[in-house]
Amino acid sequence: MKVLERYEPLIDDIDAFYAACQRPLPSVVRVNSIKATIEQAKTALDAEGIAYEQADWNKAVLVFPDEQPGANWPYVHGWIHGQEEVSAIPAMVLDPNPGNRVWDACAAPGSKTTQLAAMMEDTGIVVATDNNLGRLSSLRSNTERLGVTNVAVTNEDARNHSLKPFDGELYDHALVDVPCSCEGTVRKNPDVLEEWTYEHVESIVGVQKGILRRAIQTTRPGGTVVYSTCTFAPEENEEVLTYALENEPCKLVPFEIPLESKQGVTEWNGEEYDPAVKHAKRIYPHHNDTGGFFCAKLVVADP
Amino acid sequence: MTEKEENVGSRFDRLPETDAERAVAGRATRQEVLEWWDERFGIEPTVFDEYTFWERGAGKIWVFYGDVPSPSPVEGLGMTALRTRQEHWKPTLEAIQRFGHHATKNQIQLSRSEASTFLAGHDQDLDWDGDWGYLIVTHEIAGADEPIGVALYVYGELRSMVPKGRQREL
Repeated sequence: MKVLERYEPLIDDIDAFYAACQRPLPSVVRVNSIKATIEQAKTALDAEGIAYEQADWNKAVLVFPDEQPGANWPYVHGWIHGQEEVSAIPAMVLDPNPGNRVWDACAAPGSKTTQLAAMMEDTGIVVATDNNLGRLSSLRSNTERLGVTNVAVTNEDARNHSLKPFDGELYDHALVDVPCSCEGTVRKNPDVLEEWTYEHVESIVGVQKGILRRAIQTTRPGGTVVYSTCTFAPEENEEVLTYALENEPCKLVPFEIPLESKQGVTEWNGEEYDPAVKHAKRIYPHHNDTGGFFCAKLVVADP
Repeated sequence: MTEKEENVGSRFDRLPETDAERAVAGRATRQEVLEWWDERFGIEPTVFDEYTFWERGAGKIWVFYGDVPSPSPVEGLGMTALRTRQEHWKPTLEAIQRFGHHATKNQIQLSRSEASTFLAGHDQDLDWDGDWGYLIVTHEIAGADEPIGVALYVYGELRSMVPKGRQREL
């Protein structure tokens, strides 16, 4: 937990924060509306005697107090998909419509990709990019089990994403859920804190900036870009947003989410960020008993 | 008559509409694919109106919502739907789960215990009055009949075609 000490100045209730970080997270699934309704999934789970609780902030999110999500008939049919609660937030903020063109810049293993596809009723197109071929195979296996047909998968560095295979058409929306130092996943993977180094933070910030820039460049004016991470580090969050505001035609906009959150921080370790970063949301583990998360919404302006 | 081109296994090529437009030897056409779904399972061609079909890998046909320029260098377009370039075309479990509810024939409904045997990848002796060949396997869940996957019915035996990675002991 030592790594987390650097974030103490940002946190309202430090004891509750540490206590939450030490509790494991329950298994959570999202009902896949491409293949089943929420009612069908609940009926099938009831018939198998599997206990669940429906999240009050998203009816498609079911919390399993004592089961793993993979060993039952609804899973076999692709009716449900294991996905942590906060991981369902960025697609909700992006809020795509059927028929839209959407880029998922760091897509594997595909929880958010398949959620976007479902929100789009499996129409339009989701271009799902990842630079790691091994992780793409888990993405493909998830899209297939969940019955997704509107996804085109590309294997490339998102910073150099090419629109050529798609006739150069710009996107309506882009989801930029970047690789990060992941302290927010400590409840799922405690090792993440052992592996944390400041050098890694410094090196990954450049990648995050590059991917966010490319997402803004490939989204049409008026379109939206959602930036998200599972780190508390302002270097990887508000600093990256400030860089985008300075270098690309875009603005940060306010948005609502159905979970308790704190606004983005405008100062950190002597650095000052663009005042608009306060529109971003920080989700801490102790506020909603979830993982930690960061999410911001940008609107692309005319170049 | 022009020479036919070879299939390039590593890229996506959209299927030609008909025989007349076929440039690659042995490649299925969209028309043949639509006729096959209709003839084998009674799935009407209109079900696929909004979809395009692609070949990547020898005989592997993918179904994709919408369209992109062909050939495409991407790593995936929609889902794998069926295996062609063999005497009996074989649908994938994924396509059957996604489109199988449109079927009107060659479907076999199993009891829960038979469905579990099928899902675990085991063959079983079962009576079936219809055609031999690939069947859609269904069972009842949440009050309705739901496709699980594909079986091969021959000699009084229902052979599970559930791929290893999708097999489960339930």
